[in-house]
Amino acid sequence: MSTLVLGWSLVIAQVMLALAMAAAAFRIIRGPRAQDRVLGLDTLYVNAMLLLLTFGIRSGSTLYFEAALVIAMIGFVTTVALSKFLMRGEVIE
Amino acid sequence: MKALLPFPLLSATLLAVWLVLNQTVSPGHILLGSALALLGGWTMTALEPARSRIRRPRAIGRLFVLVLADVVRSNIAVARIIFGVPRRSITSGFLDIPLELRNPYGLAVLACIITATPGTLWVGFDPARGILTLHILDLIDETTWIDTIKGRYERLLLEIFE
Amino acid sequence: MIASPDLPAWAALLTALFVLLGAGLTLTGSLGLLRLRQFYERVHAPTLGTTLGTVFVLIASIICFSVLQTRPVVHEILIAVFITVTTPVSLILLVRAALFRDRVEGNARNFEWRAPSSERNVTSAPTEDRSS
Repeated sequence: MSTLVLGWSLVIAQVMLALAMAAAAFRIIRGPRAQDRVLGLDTLYVNAMLLLLTFGIRSGSTLYFEAALVIAMIGFVTTVALSKFLMRGEVIE
Repeated sequence: MKALLPFPLLSATLLAVWLVLNQTVSPGHILLGSALALLGGWTMTALEPARSRIRRPRAIGRLFVLVLADVVRSNIAVARIIFGVPRRSITSGFLDIPLELRNPYGLAVLACIITATPGTLWVGFDPARGILTLHILDLIDETTWIDTIKGRYERLLLEIFE
Repeated sequence: MIASPDLPAWAALLTALFVLLGAGLTLTGSLGLLRLRQFYERVHAPTLGTTLGTVFVLIASIICFSVLQTRPVVHEILIAVFITVTTPVSLILLVRAALFRDRVEGNARNFEWRAPSSERNVTSAPTEDRSS
């Protein structure tokens, strides 16, 4: 019984996170300005990381943890580099 | 001792992160992690960071509890604004706050706190005049926000770092 | 058949509760990206997901794996620490970039300052040709 509740909760949570990723993707496509797109990309990375963690809970494998950590790091570096580019027109001064 | 461990807190943190990441306390990993922690401390001396001391470790606990409560409260507040039906006009805006805090580590912690509470965002800090600029989503009453930042967080951070 | 780990009832229900709370808060934050009208308002929305949303999902993960492996599994804390430390950096940089671009294009009037600006170093930066 409780396993069934957990299974359905995980499915619902994954659908919600997928919808959150869709909202972020919509902001990337629509803009209107470049900073909106970067903000959308940053949100997309965080949502993808959380989705990976729920996959980890579902499969009972800790391998997904490493993937989530790497995605969080890539997301951070991407946002910083893009913001820097928007501000100066180059990444490294 | 100082040459071997120039930043004891940093080295201890590095060792702890290594052990948590590997999920073990076996002697081999403790040895490897200690070597990495020592190496990290020596590398840090090349960067010459500003030195600082934590004066009141007990205030850290109080600050943590305070911030946790504020994070939960502001999460609910921002969720309410997002789902606001019917949507009232949001009065967001920029706000300048004069600060007494000058310690770089204190300011870094303040930046983390302000960003971690949804609804407030750090925009910039002018070290010459000591003025902090924030963007606030629900800017109805400026004095409340100034009291929150100065009275709750800055007072404790001054206790801890200065 | 829906796959889910085999946990005792209390752990399964706690994990389910925290996963749903975390995912719900993250979805709320991302919907804020759609509903709020101005860039400077939209910046606030994703912080729901990066604070409590992440923390709730991580708590669920800690409960699940600690019970599954019958020992404390706490390496999820590293993600929480990493997110808390990096989010300020990326958001501050992004807001400063947006302010700079608005200043360069001269449409700084469509947002409100409650006090004089302290961002002189931004305005005095060289204005090169930039297209959005």
